[in-house]
Amino acid sequence: MAATAVESHAHGHHYTSTGLDNRKVAIWAFIGSECMLFASLISTYLIYKGRSIVGPLPHEAWTDPTTGMVMKPILNIPVTSMSTFVLLMSSLAMVMALAAVEMRGRPLPPDAGRGYRLFHRSSKFWLLMTCLMGAIFLGFQAFEFTSFVHEGLTIRRNLFGSTFFTLTGFHGAHVTAGVIWLGTLLAIDIRRGLQPKDALLVDIAALYWHFVDVVWIAIFTLIYLIR
Amino acid sequence: MAHEHAEVASPDHVHEHPTWKEYKWVAFILTVITVLEVWAYYVPSLVNSKLFVPLLLIMSATKFAIVVMFYMHLKYDHRLFRALFTGPLTIAIVTLISLLFLFAKFSTAP
Repeated sequence: MAATAVESHAHGHHYTSTGLDNRKVAIWAFIGSECMLFASLISTYLIYKGRSIVGPLPHEAWTDPTTGMVMKPILNIPVTSMSTFVLLMSSLAMVMALAAVEMRGRPLPPDAGRGYRLFHRSSKFWLLMTCLMGAIFLGFQAFEFTSFVHEGLTIRRNLFGSTFFTLTGFHGAHVTAGVIWLGTLLAIDIRRGLQPKDALLVDIAALYWHFVDVVWIAIFTLIYLIR
Repeated sequence: MAHEHAEVASPDHVHEHPTWKEYKWVAFILTVITVLEVWAYYVPSLVNSKLFVPLLLIMSATKFAIVVMFYMHLKYDHRLFRALFTGPLTIAIVTLISLLFLFAKFSTAP
């Protein structure tokens, strides 16, 4: 076993006694802990839902009793639906990038044309697309936060503002970290080309990225759609 | 080309990931479910019915499971990874529901 460990270490692998790479075990353990972090943030949002004393409110109009000013429901479902779609498609781009790295160097099918090479074998293209879509999602979030602040909703305004900005802000920070991570992978790919032996590096980044996506799936339904 | 599989070798076994075609189908199904969710939000009769929240939760859980199983490859991966994910996820969901009960979100009392 010791000989196996030394041998696998010499090849750059970090296999444990389970036969699994410890980096992959670590990312799954990290994702598990992140589940609990986001569950706590979502719980806080749901507990305080409907308990704001002043507006603006997520799904209902609110009239300020002192000024008589009417504040319309603040959530913009069409815009958020688009950003949700973009994030979902970024997950597709991510699996394409991972598959492209894993398949590199293998013989092409006889009917493979230029389009096949670009769309099925270019990890650079798919990593770039994933980064771009992540950045677009962040752009949507920046637009949403800015418009909310202009409409009078800040993190200190009411319970909805506090819990909403904390939850979606944490998620946005995770997306930002993911975009930076994928950007570094893209830089490595451009510099020296990611090979099948590097697939685990891409796989770990992909797992993180998909996790960010599934968290948004939960947030979109629980915060935006359920009234 | 649609039948091209990505085989990933680990020290003790070789397993297969979904094909290109499956990945694209997964993306299509995710898009359709998202469209249905948003559509449901704009149907007043559905929003006012008791089915609205369970329906949205089921659709969201389906999307969640599809991404985890196919994009995160948990369906094909080692069971230790499954345990590392589903264990904390179960604790998180139970905690969330318990907190909602604790803070009387589901209570019928005034």
